[in-house]
Amino acid sequence: MRKCKAEKLNDIFALIAQDMTLYLPVDTEGGAAFTKWNENVKYSESLNTVRSPKDFFFPQTENLMAFKTEGKNIEIIDTRSETEDFAVFGVRACDTKSFDVLDRVFLSDPVDSYYANRREHGVIISVACTRPSETCFCTAFDIDATSPQGDISVWKTETDVYFEANTEKGAALMEKLSALTEDCDNTAVESAKESTKAILSRLPLKDLKLSAFGGGKTMELFENEAWDELSQSCLGCGTCTFVCPTCQCYDIKDFNTGNSVVRFRCWDSCMYSDFTKMAHGNNRLTQKERFRQRFMHKLVYYPENNDGLFSCVGCGRCLAKCPISMNIVKVIKKIGGKTNE
Amino acid sequence: MNNFETLIPTLGVITDVRIDTPDIKTFRVVTPDGKKAFDHRPGQCAMLSIPGVGEAMFSITSSPTNEEYMEFSIKKCGCVTDWLHQAEVGQQITIRGPYGRPFPVDDVFAGHNMLFIAGGVGLAPLRSVINYCRHYRDRYGDIDIVYGSRSKDDLLDYQEIIEEWSKDAGVNVHLTIDNAQEGWDGHVGFVPHYVKELNFDTNKIAVLCGPPIMIKFTLDGLVELGFDKKNVYTTLELRMKCGVGKCGRCNVGAKYVCKDGPVFRCDEIDELPSEY
Amino acid sequence: MQKITREQLIDKASKLLSNGTVSCVLGWKLGDFDYDVTPAVFNTVEELNEGFVFNDFCGANFSKYLVAKTGKVDGKILVFLKPCDTYSFNQLLTEHRFDREKVYAVGIPCEGMADIAKVKAICGEGVLAIGTDGEKMTVATLYSDEPALIDAKDVLAERCENCKSKKHVAYDELLGEEGDVIESNRFDEVAKLEAMSADERFAFWQNELSRCIRCNACRDACPACTCEKCVFDNPTSGVENKSPANSFEEKLFHIIRAYHVAGRCTDCGECSRVCPQNIPLHLLNRKFIKDMNEFYGEYQAGAEVGMRAPLVDYTTEDLEPGEVFDRRDTDA
Repeated sequence: MRKCKAEKLNDIFALIAQDMTLYLPVDTEGGAAFTKWNENVKYSESLNTVRSPKDFFFPQTENLMAFKTEGKNIEIIDTRSETEDFAVFGVRACDTKSFDVLDRVFLSDPVDSYYANRREHGVIISVACTRPSETCFCTAFDIDATSPQGDISVWKTETDVYFEANTEKGAALMEKLSALTEDCDNTAVESAKESTKAILSRLPLKDLKLSAFGGGKTMELFENEAWDELSQSCLGCGTCTFVCPTCQCYDIKDFNTGNSVVRFRCWDSCMYSDFTKMAHGNNRLTQKERFRQRFMHKLVYYPENNDGLFSCVGCGRCLAKCPISMNIVKVIKKIGGKTNE
Repeated sequence: MNNFETLIPTLGVITDVRIDTPDIKTFRVVTPDGKKAFDHRPGQCAMLSIPGVGEAMFSITSSPTNEEYMEFSIKKCGCVTDWLHQAEVGQQITIRGPYGRPFPVDDVFAGHNMLFIAGGVGLAPLRSVINYCRHYRDRYGDIDIVYGSRSKDDLLDYQEIIEEWSKDAGVNVHLTIDNAQEGWDGHVGFVPHYVKELNFDTNKIAVLCGPPIMIKFTLDGLVELGFDKKNVYTTLELRMKCGVGKCGRCNVGAKYVCKDGPVFRCDEIDELPSEY
Repeated sequence: MQKITREQLIDKASKLLSNGTVSCVLGWKLGDFDYDVTPAVFNTVEELNEGFVFNDFCGANFSKYLVAKTGKVDGKILVFLKPCDTYSFNQLLTEHRFDREKVYAVGIPCEGMADIAKVKAICGEGVLAIGTDGEKMTVATLYSDEPALIDAKDVLAERCENCKSKKHVAYDELLGEEGDVIESNRFDEVAKLEAMSADERFAFWQNELSRCIRCNACRDACPACTCEKCVFDNPTSGVENKSPANSFEEKLFHIIRAYHVAGRCTDCGECSRVCPQNIPLHLLNRKFIKDMNEFYGEYQAGAEVGMRAPLVDYTTEDLEPGEVFDRRDTDA
């Protein structure tokens, strides 16, 4: 474990930024947002960003390829290029876990080269939580907010910043930071963890139980009558989907620029009415069906296909941002029934 | 960077357009150097696109045993299909695939009597497996084909059915149309009824493809005849974008039609929520 | 902060349910936190007693829900309307979006709703409980032993700081005292934008709208956005709801929407309330309202049922297009 003085953190940022683009949370009018570092931006101590860091690997919109057409002929242009190295500082434990969820989709065969390319070139520097919010429920997914994973784990105390590399990528970056950091033991970090754990144990959602969910529960939960009530006020907007760190459904569309056609991919939402609409029909006609899909996917379908891993990390963004205050916690409590009483 | 990317298609050229029915055309596709774009198995699909118009998934109609080209029988019903229907020979398109779980032609089907039941454009995915079974005729027992459409004009691959399939030894073709019409002396009636009338022996593997309502009633009929759903296969069709189980829209329960299907055994479908 | 209590509303709703006036109640349901309120339909007195809530976080405007809900129930729906909600209610009636006969509207007074983001800005994260005591609010958090005592007016939602009316313009029955239309300062922010140079103004909106994630929450919550099929949901329109293909498109979405609701927007402020990115979308609409007031005389959408909005009503006194154009010049 290495450490530096808290006031040296900006020097650390400057040193990282020498070799790669560094992003970190910065407070904006719209809440905290990952922003490109420069000497004038100030690291936000806020618990979480409004948008999750999934943008770094799965951006809201990205060009996949281009085409030129002339008469009956088409030219396919592979517009991919090697991503430049970048680092993201300040990723919380929940968001760090979300990369695991996304990896299982995008890195499973056949590998999504766009995602893989960014993943290879990105260094995740995660920061342990010290002030969790009432909307946090990462504990339900066995995520330890005090020991975030990622390439490098960082703990901040009032006086010092502690670093520990978890991967080769992380170790290489720590090597570069060696002039600004010094070896230390983990006493201060352990004590910081303990005090955060004391807070975690008092979180209002700490007892959320997921035992009613998981792979193999499809038929049992699909026809649950609670879906009607849960979805009755859903506006069908995409807020929950787009602020969610693990939602990864996408659309592929063509855009005619005038001299070529760009095929791009963009986030899509199963909450949208046309998500499954085909030329000759739609298998989810009501908002109830769309609403159910989103939560069944996170709590049943995804775990069924991924060794029991839930596709939710308890970050609490949907709790904070849903226009009608409906969210996965309410679904878990209502459908999960007695296990949460 | 990983060089292969499944979302990036290759070029295809339309080398023949056959008008099958008033709203179905069959397109022959090869690469610009005249080869097959890729090998596939019966039942698998490919993504065809026209840049600027869109991309859509189609079942590959031709049999893998055809070494020269691939064929797609496509019904006019949306942006991409409308565009394809006005395309001429020589038009380039893009193609990627093959996608999906094929029919288990070499293991499960081998050695069995086969019963193929199709309605309308539902013959498109079955033509691939029917021609595969005909090609390796000695690997399969008797083959029955029940095919129905609205009218005689709406029967897909009619020439091939009459001139080739029905002349094969051990292949029985049973055609039907919804309403009687002049020049038709064959059976008249809906496919599900006809299947029951034909009163098939259950010593067969059945493969169904057609509109959802036809599949539903035909399946009920087969079960009444004593068929085990384990011996009945069908295909599902939902909206797709990626073709490889990532874009998230073609799932039924935990199964993705693009990669876990489109071929499903009917008892497997019973294990899925009725959202297809 | 609210003068009317949860108990009064439950009492009213229970009576109307029991005597058969209404068959269900559209109300607010309490979730896991005091600020966590979801619109819900209550069918029985038991359901009301169990989950109905009325507090400083009941901002959701129910008017739009009537479009979908009135078609689904037998009998009448009881809806509680705050003064600003009644304008949307009237506007929807003007547009024949729901059957008035299917609704029993109870007007309720509103002292202004709170914005949880403002509460958290003062008290920090980890809000466990919020209580009200007259003009004060008590906020208990994970990080303080004693609840903080804050002024309720310091955490008022923006739209309530600029409340335009405490008067109900539609109801079958009124609870509490009727208020008045208020001389608000709601156009001050618009005036600030107007005072900017065109470049500054462009930069302002560029910055604000760059945060848009095209979640469509503004549109989906907007009581003026009730098209059965929105152009942004039409796959053949080329602009359907997904993410924008370029930075121009996200502006296109908001500007088209602002134009489409011009003259029909009652300035209820739901768009800005629901925006997950805190984009002050209401300012676009408010600019239209201010312009219409100046060009065509004072007009408040939804003030009465059946009014013709200035943009769809021709009079010989109407401003000539050339005058608007000239004004644009001096603006820049």
